[in-house]
Amino acid sequence: MPEIDDPEHDEEEPDPAPPGGRDRLRRAMVRPSRGQLVVAVLLALLGYAAVTQVRFTTVDNTYASFREQDLIDVLNGLAGATQRAESEIARLERTRDDLRSSTGAREAALAQAEQQSNALAIMAGLVPVTGPGIRVTITEDDGPVSVDSMVDMIQELRTAGAEAIQVNEEVRVVAQTSFEDAVGGMRVDGQLVTSPYVVDVIGEPSTLHGAIDFPKGPRDQFEDDGATVKVDELASLDIEAVVTPRKPEYAEPDSSQ
Amino acid sequence: MIAALGLLIGVVLGVIFQPDVPLWLEPYLPIAVVAALDAVFGGLRAYLDGIFDDKVFVVSFISNVVIAASIVFLGDKLGVGGQLSTGVIVVLGIRIFSNVAAIRRHLFHA
Repeated sequence: MPEIDDPEHDEEEPDPAPPGGRDRLRRAMVRPSRGQLVVAVLLALLGYAAVTQVRFTTVDNTYASFREQDLIDVLNGLAGATQRAESEIARLERTRDDLRSSTGAREAALAQAEQQSNALAIMAGLVPVTGPGIRVTITEDDGPVSVDSMVDMIQELRTAGAEAIQVNEEVRVVAQTSFEDAVGGMRVDGQLVTSPYVVDVIGEPSTLHGAIDFPKGPRDQFEDDGATVKVDELASLDIEAVVTPRKPEYAEPDSSQ
Repeated sequence: MIAALGLLIGVVLGVIFQPDVPLWLEPYLPIAVVAALDAVFGGLRAYLDGIFDDKVFVVSFISNVVIAASIVFLGDKLGVGGQLSTGVIVVLGIRIFSNVAAIRRHLFHA
């Protein structure tokens, strides 16, 4: 206990003419006494310890100096933080999975739509196509080829599974294609084509070949017209002619169906 | 004068040697330093009061340090070391404040 206790105060009471605190401090500064030596030793000890502790506190920020209880508290805090982080991770992973599955569904829908659009583009003759098929070359020898024969052949080829047809590498034959007689040949979709007519067809080659050759079929019909027909089965055939898409003027989709 | 020099010498020695705190002393050194500070301020106040006795100062200094350290030690054994050292610091802090207030009154008469 320091010297603020009352009993000591009582002992020092009869001091004659007590000087002020400031005077006493000033006197101690100029006139050291034996007692001060002991005090100095203790103060040196204090200063030494204080400096050591200050330095130690600034240097040591690891857990080495922690008490057992403090370490337990730190551990508990970390455990809580870990738990929170883990639940956050789980939540984010759920969100990610949701997003991923919705992205997957969207991609599947997109792929399906693209596939459909490709099929429709081929059917409508909007894109160049390639594949196995046959090339039918009709050369007029004695007389003109009638439009009926040509339309019949196209019809037979369609029946045999023709997927894309072009005439003379100029005109793509699609659903709306029209045939009419013309001087020196015939008009297909308004475009004049002349003999020899080269009809490229993509489909199963032997089936298509069969559709030309059967009795009373297109070959016989053309030969009746006075033309010769040559059929080549090709492993790969390019159909480059395309149809410019036309916006329907009158027909529109019926959404009630 | 010598006392002030002693404090200075201690600080200089600490800075020069940069001693490592032994592990068993780690929890007690800060408490001991604060307890010693309390004793020093108490001694300074007693000096200004004119009732300073070096023997009493030495005893109070050492007992302060020892009691503070042993309270913390006891607290560590009981598993309440952290709380108890906080309590000791609070009590010593209050005493330091009141001692410094008395010293201030002596030096500045205010």
